[in-house]
Amino acid sequence: MGFDQYHEPPEELPPATRTFARLCASLTEEAEAIGWYEQRIALETDPEALAVMRDAQGEEFKHFSMDLEFLLRRTPPWREVAHGILFQPGDIVEHGEEAEAETFEDGGAGSEGAFEDGSLGLGSLRGASR
Amino acid sequence: MNHLLRSHAPISDGGWSVLDEEARERLAPALAARKLVDFSGPRGWEYSATNLGRVSPLPGGPAEGVSGLQRRVLPVVELRADFELSRSELRDADRGADDVDLEALDKAAHQVAVAENVAVFHGWGDAIAGIAEASPHEPLHLGEADAYPRPVARAVERLLCSGVAGAYGLALGSDDYRRVAETAEHGGYPLLDHLRKILEGPIVWAPGVEGAVVVSLRGGDFVFESGQDLSIGYDSHDSDVVRLYLEESFSFRVATPEAAVALRP
Repeated sequence: MGFDQYHEPPEELPPATRTFARLCASLTEEAEAIGWYEQRIALETDPEALAVMRDAQGEEFKHFSMDLEFLLRRTPPWREVAHGILFQPGDIVEHGEEAEAETFEDGGAGSEGAFEDGSLGLGSLRGASR
Repeated sequence: MNHLLRSHAPISDGGWSVLDEEARERLAPALAARKLVDFSGPRGWEYSATNLGRVSPLPGGPAEGVSGLQRRVLPVVELRADFELSRSELRDADRGADDVDLEALDKAAHQVAVAENVAVFHGWGDAIAGIAEASPHEPLHLGEADAYPRPVARAVERLLCSGVAGAYGLALGSDDYRRVAETAEHGGYPLLDHLRKILEGPIVWAPGVEGAVVVSLRGGDFVFESGQDLSIGYDSHDSDVVRLYLEESFSFRVATPEAAVALRP
């Protein structure tokens, strides 16, 4: 049985952490698939096969991005770091260092208690008792 | 740093944690609308309006042979409740005191929650059309607490007749919630449980709501769109107090007016 996404005993993990782990595993699988298609496409010479594989790789791009967005929504500090790095022109490493500093210092999302936007992170309360 | 200017406040990281946690604890039980309507966002402080997908005609065109339309949007509203805390109390919190006086924060949190509930369920001038006011159904009379099952069941039936599927939720104003909670029907059966069975959904304490409102929980009928979700910001300080505020921005729209029935006290 494939329960390898759990590093700790699953029965001891809260449901939200198990969901998080599943999506992390899915993200990894999509990234692997993208890499495999990239290698196959690099070697394939049949144009029709190439078109099929490029289309399939596009699906993996979508799946990877959806997994990532889910995980970022559930993890404000990760989202804030990603916000400072993704889709930014310029030096990637520099952006990474800056995003890390902004997130984990001075009341950023990674500092205790605060969310990415400095809010209380209340959001929807559907399912809350009373 | 964003517009909340939190890092300008003379408050330690630990102090901010205490304040944020206290605010969450006070707000969450009272924010009734968020337990019953769809929540979208948050989209950020810069977010100013919700797209309605509708247009208004513009008289004439800027040039001959050209007509024009203007997009209609729903602007977000801002709620803000100011409060001030003793710096001495915050210093004690840093020392580990667990009985810090945060009464002003608690009061502001309740005021904001009430304001949000009132805006969603009863509206706010021209800015927001509330659920109860938008409903085309004639309001029902609640009557005495032990008779609540009848109007609630009638409200559910009206929704069913309008093609609005369940489950349903019930927002109860403070007085009515207390009456329901303390009432047992003949045979000792708790009224709260009876109402839950009729609704097949939650009963929510909704301070600020007049009477009660039965709403469909199927989704897509009522949309709360958050700009900046509830946050504590910094305003100013002197040697004795720090002035803070609770703030949020949001829009609210009723997509299906017939998906709710108001119950009047």
